[in-house]
Amino acid sequence: MFETLSHLALQQYWWVLISLLGAILVFLMFVQGGQTLIYTLGKTETERTMLINVLGRKWGFTFTTLVTFGGAFFASFPLFYSTSFGGAYWVWMVILLAFVLQAFGYEFRNKANNLFGTRTYEIFLFINGLIGTVFIGTAVATFFTGSPFSVNTMNLSQWETPWHGLELALNAHNLSLGVTVFFLTRTLALLFFLSSVNDEVIEHRVRKQLWYNAVPFVVFFLTFVVWLMLRDGFAVNPDTTEVFMQPFKYFNNLIEMPLALIIFLTGVLLVLCGIIITLFKISFKKLWLISSIIIILVHVLLILVSKYDTKLFLGTLLVYMGLQFGVKPATKGIWFAGSGTILTVFALLLIAGFNNTSYYPSYCDLQSSLTIQNSSSSYFTLTAMSYVSLFIPFVLAYIWYAWRALTRKKIDRAEVETDENDAELY
Amino acid sequence: MLENIDFTLIDWSRAQFALTAMFHWVFVPLTLGLGFMNAFTETVYYKTGNPEWKKLTKFWMKLFGINFACGVATGLILEFEFGTNWAAYSWFVGDIFGAPLAIEGIFAFFMESTFVAVMFFGWDKVSKKFHLASTWLTAIGANISALWILVANGWMQNPVGTAFNPDTARNEMTNFWDVLLSGTAVNKFIHSTTFGFVLAAVVVIGVSSWYLLKKRELLFAKRSIVVAAVFGLISSIALIVTGDTSAKNVVKTQPMKLAAMEALYDGSENAPLVAFGILGGSETHKNINANSRENFVFKIEMPGMLSFLAHGDFKTFVAGIKDLVLGNESQGIMSYSEKIRRGHIAAQTLVAYKDAKLNNPDGEEFRMLKAKFEDETFMNDYFAYFGYAPYYDENPDVLQQNAFKLVPPISLTFYSFHLMVILGFYFILFFVVVLVLIFKNKYHNKCWLLWVSLISIPLVYIGGQAGWIVAEVGRQPWAIQDLLPVVTAVSKIDASSVMITFTLFAVVFIALFIAEIMILLKQIKTGPKIEEETSNV
Repeated sequence: MFETLSHLALQQYWWVLISLLGAILVFLMFVQGGQTLIYTLGKTETERTMLINVLGRKWGFTFTTLVTFGGAFFASFPLFYSTSFGGAYWVWMVILLAFVLQAFGYEFRNKANNLFGTRTYEIFLFINGLIGTVFIGTAVATFFTGSPFSVNTMNLSQWETPWHGLELALNAHNLSLGVTVFFLTRTLALLFFLSSVNDEVIEHRVRKQLWYNAVPFVVFFLTFVVWLMLRDGFAVNPDTTEVFMQPFKYFNNLIEMPLALIIFLTGVLLVLCGIIITLFKISFKKLWLISSIIIILVHVLLILVSKYDTKLFLGTLLVYMGLQFGVKPATKGIWFAGSGTILTVFALLLIAGFNNTSYYPSYCDLQSSLTIQNSSSSYFTLTAMSYVSLFIPFVLAYIWYAWRALTRKKIDRAEVETDENDAELY
Repeated sequence: MLENIDFTLIDWSRAQFALTAMFHWVFVPLTLGLGFMNAFTETVYYKTGNPEWKKLTKFWMKLFGINFACGVATGLILEFEFGTNWAAYSWFVGDIFGAPLAIEGIFAFFMESTFVAVMFFGWDKVSKKFHLASTWLTAIGANISALWILVANGWMQNPVGTAFNPDTARNEMTNFWDVLLSGTAVNKFIHSTTFGFVLAAVVVIGVSSWYLLKKRELLFAKRSIVVAAVFGLISSIALIVTGDTSAKNVVKTQPMKLAAMEALYDGSENAPLVAFGILGGSETHKNINANSRENFVFKIEMPGMLSFLAHGDFKTFVAGIKDLVLGNESQGIMSYSEKIRRGHIAAQTLVAYKDAKLNNPDGEEFRMLKAKFEDETFMNDYFAYFGYAPYYDENPDVLQQNAFKLVPPISLTFYSFHLMVILGFYFILFFVVVLVLIFKNKYHNKCWLLWVSLISIPLVYIGGQAGWIVAEVGRQPWAIQDLLPVVTAVSKIDASSVMITFTLFAVVFIALFIAEIMILLKQIKTGPKIEEETSNV
């Protein structure tokens, strides 16, 4: 079935998959966000153990998604792998070290005789949460802002600064995304704690913290997005494959790809919904009413702004209504915010790579910029891998099943305190 | 060309990768084998409902869990280090290497890490049947994960199923099944996983023997030993068999590695196998030239065995290091100097191709060059040595010296190989003795043997590391055999950056390794816990 597709179609298919994996990864990084909150929310050892254990039962998913994201990127766009990893050496090394600390942090924290003491491993988790989110956010921002590298005719790449990626952290636009991801993951973590920890003391602190994290998140997110919409983008001339700077490129991408726009707006709305219903404890009925009004307003706006056809209008309206009926009452803000995060990041990555855009641009040498066409694997390899990708739904299904099986019950003090077998606690 | 290369960078990059890989291989093999042993003992528990078997399973699972997380963490670093430290390599092989890696991530690794969560936290949360299935799936997932990375490694040792594309300047996959089912890959997979089984068996027997020495957990220990010894004996036989096939493959695909494994300078018919030996004069093995001679302080030889091992016939010729470097016309071996010349021509052709494509893509010259890359004779006679090109020099004397730089470190390869083989045979003997005595119910009284079992734990880890040293050091300087030497594969960063990251990783790994050992020892000291049988869902 994949043999009938063109090389370009396969490249696009894999960019969609990479974007989706990246989006899921950002959502799952609520684990990292949560790790930065263990001391803020947990004032006693028992409280921290509760928090770390609800996160701990999810850390493997984030970690595995990161591994898969790396593997899939390597497989489908190897020139990105060699250019970015070999070039922005220090950024990736710092991220790697942070993730090593995470794995050991969880596994050793609660074990007897662990040499450095519980607190050290908790600090490991904190460092991973801080560095993991800020650095990955900063690294992703370079998909829009560019990096200093060149690629020669043999497809060997060369980083043009001796700082090997550290200079990227000095760019304010990059940092704004890093900080956004930091606060986003903390916000998601707070919502996640509400849905999975059964403890009044902690719940009280979570609700207070939600203000301190959700508000900065919204501010930084808007800063990043507005900046992104206004800046020049790295466009590709489809006939000559020449790369050039185009004003308002990413804004245009959204307008020219209505589907990406819809996904983006839906995502943003869902994240905001998740935060707002939790902050104001809004009932399900009220939420339904408010969101219906917003959705209709957005649609009307869309019709006015672009040539928006009515079939698409009715279609998306139906999807929204379906979503509204599908979700459970408003105690679970994480489901709104989580799915919203996935959609938003997914749309952002789509506009980075599609519509004749360079997804990994070089600001030193524009013509070295990577596009999904000039950096991908061969037709044969992409075809073979596309067959493998058919397993993804099965993988998601068993993950979902296992996840549900393990989290039917919220964690509480009793579970942590009566556990006589320390192998079952992090 | 070679004088422009920063060898400090290459050495540190190799050191960093070796460090990560070796730590990875400390944690991983135990999970490969222990996973299946857990699955087996839990199946017994499921069938009999005897809580003793649950206790046994849970104890070994705990050790599994501690190792698992460490294996995952070091594995992530390995995956990303391909990109960070071997950028050119990543591009060159991405089209082949990437696919198995992606499959590993999407399919096997998710299976492993999803069900490992159920295995640890699901005892009273999911049904007994689902839990048992999870334990099996964790074990299978761990081993399939190993499959894909070993396929990738097998391809680097013996690149098959691919073709060079001059437009992208890389090798591209043409046949997925050739890559997956190449003899080298399949053999490597079986050899590595069965080693994991042997290692887990030795660890289980060793730890159980400690309980017997302390006169604790007698029933638990004996049961564990029976399961482990049977599992270990079967696995160790498979390990030796695949080791032998492995050597036969190496003769064909990497003759230099075989010569280094045996420190064989001059090839011969009826070549003897050095069963045990000590190399003399450490310096002579480092700076090899046309006059170098083999130099043993002491050796025990088995006449004709190397020829037999290599070709299944005592009479056949086995090439030595000098035959390979200098060439041997009577045996039809092309010299390295000639290979370097041919590789240089291939590289020049590629450069000309790129120039022609840029300047005049419709011209006659471009068409001629393009035809070359489609011509099988050119590809087989010249391009096959593409990787030798960086060793070219116009001065024939320098070229000759450079040819000797293609010889891997001899003493390290030689000693690692012999250590590995001796330990391999030792473990078969070990499992047989343990099995016989445990069935005669005499094992627990033999104090000396209990100690031997305990000491075997570090030995089996050393054996595994030695095996990988043979495989990886023995193929230097190739990242990909004959196509890409490490000097080309490396990321062009400052050596000092790599030194710093190497040090950081070394400190973190060593500190956490010590912590792990302490935790494991504590867990073992505490021992398996008897728990009241809780009713399951």
